[in-house]
Amino acid sequence: MSTETIKKSAYRVCETTGLNIFKKAEFFTKANAVLAVIFLLIGGIAALTLALTRWSNVMLLDDVWYYRMITLHGTNMLVFWIIFFEMAILYFASTTLLNTEVFSKALGYISLVLMSVGAIMTNYIILDGQADVMLTSYPPLQAHPLFYLGIILFAVGALVVCFNFFATLYKAKKNKTYEGSMPLVTFGATTAAIIAVVALLHGAAALIPTYFWSMGWAEMMDPGAYRLLWWGLGHHSQQINVAAMVSVWYFIATLSTGAKPLNETVCRGAFILYILFINLAAAHHLLVDPGLSSEWKIWNTSYAMYLAVLASMIHGYTVPASMEVAMRRKGYNKGIFGWFAKLPWKDPGFSAVALSAIIFGFIGGITGVTLGTEQINIMAHNTLRIPGHFHATVVGGTSLAFMGLCYYLVPLIFQKDFYLKKLARIQPWLFGGGIVIMSFGMSFAGTYGVPRRLYDSDFSGANLETGFDSIAHIFLGVLGVGGVIAFTGLLLFIGLIVAAVFFGPSLKGKRMPTWQSEREQKMTDELISKGYEVEGEDYHAKTPGTIGLVIIFLLSFAIYYFANWAALTDLWHIG
Amino acid sequence: MSIFHPKGNWFRYPTGAERLWVGLALAWCLVMSITMPWWHFQGKQNAPQNSYTVEVSDFVGKAFEFAETNKVGEINGVPVAEVEPGGDGYLLGSMWRWYPILKLKKDQTYRIHVSSSDLQHGLSILPINMNIHVLPGYDHVMTITPTTSGEFSIVCNEFCGIGHHTMTGRIIVEE
Repeated sequence: MSTETIKKSAYRVCETTGLNIFKKAEFFTKANAVLAVIFLLIGGIAALTLALTRWSNVMLLDDVWYYRMITLHGTNMLVFWIIFFEMAILYFASTTLLNTEVFSKALGYISLVLMSVGAIMTNYIILDGQADVMLTSYPPLQAHPLFYLGIILFAVGALVVCFNFFATLYKAKKNKTYEGSMPLVTFGATTAAIIAVVALLHGAAALIPTYFWSMGWAEMMDPGAYRLLWWGLGHHSQQINVAAMVSVWYFIATLSTGAKPLNETVCRGAFILYILFINLAAAHHLLVDPGLSSEWKIWNTSYAMYLAVLASMIHGYTVPASMEVAMRRKGYNKGIFGWFAKLPWKDPGFSAVALSAIIFGFIGGITGVTLGTEQINIMAHNTLRIPGHFHATVVGGTSLAFMGLCYYLVPLIFQKDFYLKKLARIQPWLFGGGIVIMSFGMSFAGTYGVPRRLYDSDFSGANLETGFDSIAHIFLGVLGVGGVIAFTGLLLFIGLIVAAVFFGPSLKGKRMPTWQSEREQKMTDELISKGYEVEGEDYHAKTPGTIGLVIIFLLSFAIYYFANWAALTDLWHIG
Repeated sequence: MSIFHPKGNWFRYPTGAERLWVGLALAWCLVMSITMPWWHFQGKQNAPQNSYTVEVSDFVGKAFEFAETNKVGEINGVPVAEVEPGGDGYLLGSMWRWYPILKLKKDQTYRIHVSSSDLQHGLSILPINMNIHVLPGYDHVMTITPTTSGEFSIVCNEFCGIGHHTMTGRIIVEE
């Protein structure tokens, strides 16, 4: 290692992991994480008002504010919160884990300014009522130019961070700051950054001409072409989330249980499958669109998407399997699932990640792949089944995993301890549980055909009356209750984080306080140090518990998938 | 460790349980990959396969002409147009109504042309829950055969401005 060549003042040694934390990169990690949480709060407040409006007996907002709040919610959650947080992850993964300082401080500041200005601009114009176009802003619907410009500036800022990330990787390699290959977490973050570049370029192709159109400088883009390009942004950014989330799974699995990836080749191969194949999965937003042939739709959603699905199924095995091996090495060998009960459930970082993997796989993954089938999409397109699916992937999956990471980020990077640790322990369950309930409400209301992004499910005032079965309204109530619970969990999360970061006891020069018993922590530390030594050697291990879990998963998947085909036969014939 | 650098040559094929799972997962992905095209040829429910680009004004003209020449009644001021079995019908989405009301016969096949005169719309037939996307400038042709009779609603499920939740229409299917 060539740390000696770097000035001592440029970094500090982490008391807990022994890794070097570089001060410039640390600043950018902190700044991006703080901004992320601010936009999470804005998006969260909007989310609460939406849940309370879709709940038919409450209908909190009026129609104008309902549509405005959807736009605000989607933009802050799917763009600002999640991408700011991912930028924090990129700074961390490229510096501390590669033992190098960030490539350029100037670029770091430029990106922060661009992204902040963009996010504020877009939020302002939405709240000012000049951009009630939803996150997707499908033309001919037109927003104020600042709406597009804000997102474009934000995207350019994010591209600058990606450039800084790649330049840091190059610098680390060139200066030989580490031996051999980069760690798996950095590999996953690199996957996320590559997909981010692809996503942001698609976004530029969709939004820059649309911005010109809103300024009166150009003709409107063809609505079908816009959808194709926009989903190159909209869906690919979900793959940034998936790659970043899986990296967080591996990261927390190591820190909380001492787990070591079973097979680096398999884990990295699965990440490469994301890069190669996930891009075309954007096609499943266009399955019932005019202008595209069936051949195009089937080709893009079958071979391409399913190899990316394969990647997620692989991670869905390797992450818990690595934990099972770690737990068995600690001596928890009782039966098939004895290790599972002994996992560090009291650690909110761990429980958030475990719930994230379960919600992402069992609910988000199964529904997503099924609804992304060309024919089944006829029963799902633009209904509440769609948000029912993606709140389980991007909220119950990614956002919850990021929350889990924060339980490590705050003590390790901000060097602050939490207050009210008992509440912290229940926070992931509250948030994850709320999201699961909400997602169920959405999905089942959606099977009755209840549309997403619809203010009034009774269609009051329509010339030709219509409405839904009362059971659909019960599910909308379930959506509302779940939303309120999830919001409580979100508010608790923000409260805990803010209290710790700004007012928490300092941990400077101290080890991170363990969430487990001292005995458990000692075993975990021992595994981490041991795992480092035996890396690269054959690591054959038996994982009967995890195989049991994934077989249950596969059966649930098959049942849901074929039940949907069966339901499809009840529809009129269409082709 | 996922946070440390693997040393030496870490390339190796999956073994044991891991290999079993990769194999099972791949097999399942292949099953799904085959099911979709198989249904395309054998199944009765597929995403509409025909669509054409069209001038918005041409389509609007055709829809009005169709509604007028095939008019058999009126509900709340909206014409009811009967489509000839095997023939072509038109359905125009605009802010904020579906025009006209279509009258069909059960188990007969129709070609229904759907488009928009303004924004993007989502055609959603309830309560059977069939949904397709509607774009201005595209004539989206649904070849449909109603297999149940009764009155069906059409709603819009793509946001199309402040009156979005009042955009409804109707399809009447007779025995």
